[in-house]
Amino acid sequence: MTAPLLEVEKLCVFYDHFQAVHNVDLTVGAGEIVSIIGANGAGKSSFLKALVRQAGRSTGSARFEGVDLSTLETREIVKLGVALVPEGRKLFPTLTVFENLRMGWELGRQGEIDLATVYKWFPVLQERREQRARELSGGQQQMVALGRALLANPKLLLCDEISLGLAPRIVNELYEIIPKVRDRGIGIVVVEQDITRSLAVADRFYCFLEGEVSLSGKPADVDRASILQHYFGA
Amino acid sequence: MVETFVNLLVQGVLIGGLYALFALGLSLSLGVMRFVNLAHGDLIVVASFAILAICSALGWSPFLVGLLLTPLAFGVGWALQRLLLQPTVGKGILPVLLVTFGLSIIIQNGLLQTFGANTRKLSGGVVEVLAFRVGFIDIGVYPLLVFIVAAVCIGGLEAFLYRTSTGARIRAVADDPGAADLIGLSSKQIYAVAMGVVAVTMMISATAMSVWSNFDPAIGPSRMLLAFEAVVLGGLGSLWGTLLGGIILGVAQNLGSQVDASWQILAQHLVFLIALVLRPQGLLSRG
Amino acid sequence: MSSAKTFTYGLRAALALVAVACMFGPWLFDASDLSVLTEFFTLLTLAMTWNLLAGYADIITVGQHGFVGLGAYAFFGFTALAHFNPYLAIPLAALFATLVAIPTMLVVFRLRTAYLAVGTWVAAEVMSLIGGKLPGFGGGSGTSLPIAIVKQFGSSSVARTDMFYFLSGGLALLTLVAIWALLRSRIGLGLTAMRDNEEAAGSAGVNLTAIRVICFLFVAPILGLAGVLATLEKLRVAPSASFSLADWTINVIFIVVIGGIGSMEGPILGAVVYFVLRQYLADFGAWYLILLGAIAIAVIMVEPKGLWGLLKRVRAPDLIPVSHRPAED
Repeated sequence: MTAPLLEVEKLCVFYDHFQAVHNVDLTVGAGEIVSIIGANGAGKSSFLKALVRQAGRSTGSARFEGVDLSTLETREIVKLGVALVPEGRKLFPTLTVFENLRMGWELGRQGEIDLATVYKWFPVLQERREQRARELSGGQQQMVALGRALLANPKLLLCDEISLGLAPRIVNELYEIIPKVRDRGIGIVVVEQDITRSLAVADRFYCFLEGEVSLSGKPADVDRASILQHYFGA
Repeated sequence: MVETFVNLLVQGVLIGGLYALFALGLSLSLGVMRFVNLAHGDLIVVASFAILAICSALGWSPFLVGLLLTPLAFGVGWALQRLLLQPTVGKGILPVLLVTFGLSIIIQNGLLQTFGANTRKLSGGVVEVLAFRVGFIDIGVYPLLVFIVAAVCIGGLEAFLYRTSTGARIRAVADDPGAADLIGLSSKQIYAVAMGVVAVTMMISATAMSVWSNFDPAIGPSRMLLAFEAVVLGGLGSLWGTLLGGIILGVAQNLGSQVDASWQILAQHLVFLIALVLRPQGLLSRG
Repeated sequence: MSSAKTFTYGLRAALALVAVACMFGPWLFDASDLSVLTEFFTLLTLAMTWNLLAGYADIITVGQHGFVGLGAYAFFGFTALAHFNPYLAIPLAALFATLVAIPTMLVVFRLRTAYLAVGTWVAAEVMSLIGGKLPGFGGGSGTSLPIAIVKQFGSSSVARTDMFYFLSGGLALLTLVAIWALLRSRIGLGLTAMRDNEEAAGSAGVNLTAIRVICFLFVAPILGLAGVLATLEKLRVAPSASFSLADWTINVIFIVVIGGIGSMEGPILGAVVYFVLRQYLADFGAWYLILLGAIAIAVIMVEPKGLWGLLKRVRAPDLIPVSHRPAED
């Protein structure tokens, strides 16, 4: 079996004296979709941000293609091939769609996925490329955020709650892209509160409860009741 | 009567260019780093004294010296941000206000110790006395050149910010430094670059000012207030607005000085306060 | 009683003892010491007011000197020009400063945060410039307070020194008590909330604007009274002296920042440190100010809450109790 793309061992994340993540072990392989589900405040977002070194203080280890991420700065991690689609999209409101997308390309590895590819996946972005990001709808902004991360040509894509606040139809469109990305050999971590959506697309999943992994495995192997129990805590 | 009035107006417009140069750096630091640099004027004065020192030692033209010092200015601005101002980022308004306030005091007194309190002025050579007439309007060549330089700087800065990739990065960090950090755009580095650019505009203003009028270690704060008023008057986020603000203040000063000399500064402040009441967001404010 | 409590009460007793000793100043100190103490009390008063605005109400001002000058000029106007009794002119000067605070707020509160700070500076400049243009006040170079008026505060120089000492000490004490009472009141609860987290305070129902207005109006008369004292100390009014940025704003800000912003004890500690430093370093002229600026910057970088913040880190107790915590022990 090939070495995993991402290997996390005993990761803990602290914000001052508050511990958001407790001893998490997790792996992600190339061309694999891994879901992280969990309630609000379960530590999912903190975990993702900690991987790119943008969350408080962390201990434990996170190795990407064998490289210890804790020794690197965020921009180096992005150049290495880890891209984050942040919670709340975090676009630059006064920059145009094009400028937002270009940022991802410039900060990333520059490879196969280019602007043409992103416009093919999200045609509406090509139409609106000269508009300021803040003028777009929520769904369109999410497309920009996803497009921006993809333009970095990551080997590992981290998606933080991309369905938040969006209508189901839009979310469907977004989730149609995820498998296409996976098929290019990119490893994907999908963090969601929506259990059904997230498990439908996942190859494996982890369930977070109060900062710890309460359950993990393949969606097919675990029953609904058990998942809910570990999601909410008995 | 009309002649005098129109001439005053024109002089006011031209000095507005000089004021816009002062204000340009402040506009940037306000718009990008979102802080009021209370030492803004003092830094321009330091640059003027630096030019003075080198001109005295080497006998070169202030314009040449100013030009040569520009890269150094970038470095100083960059270092100032990295070492002194970056630690105050994200800690609220008070720390940065107080640090720049402290810096202002240190600079003023440091200059006082080194150069004394006398007012200075540098000679720009023949360009200072050249003038021409258009109808009944007298136009000094030097003020006109400064105005043109101001306009070019503003145009250049706009082009830099809106048409280059680095400019886009600066605007991105200005929008949301947290978001920038998350995707690998180091806000720390961008702030330093922005401050370097600010320092370059300060060096240009210092060059213009040192030849235009008298300067001494204590005029920093009044320059800062002037720059501040020009930026707020013109509207935050609008560089051309800053030019307009500078022009309005320049004209106000000139009209005020017609009443008597002591009305000059008072007119400047009053116009600012009135505009603040009538249109607090400024004249050309961008959303 | 626990040793911590004993320590607290002990310190408070010491502080009270010092305050009582100050009341017997003229019998304990000589004229030049009294002068220094007068200055100390005046600066302390200004430090406490700046601290109230900046440390609690989140109104950072760089324009206190404007209102000090207003008080100075109003006092001069009422006594020297309108020939009122000087002891009547004092409260009138305070009233005048308060009245001017109202339109000032209307204009300057259109700005926020750091912009507001510079706005207050502009307002102070305007006041200073107008003061320099008023007929009867000596224009740009100012004029002296008539001897007749000065003598109303004491026929001999010694008597006057004593009187000014009591006036300044009285003002400092009054200000301390008034601010303490304000902080212990419901408004004070809102202020402490604002100091800790403005956004949260707002959403918890604290009326931020109303509190700011109240604080500004609370502080204005005190600043005016400090201006009266300044005129009496300097025996003259002049734009540069009465509206002095250096004396009434720069020094004050340094005092509060070094001593500890956002606490009652900070300004007192800062004023003491400031005067001690000045005693030993005043000979160095401009270097003294450079050092002060450098110390202020260092303090902000290392411990934003100043010396008192440092002391609190090693568990110093609240010497002046203003907290609304339920009683411990």
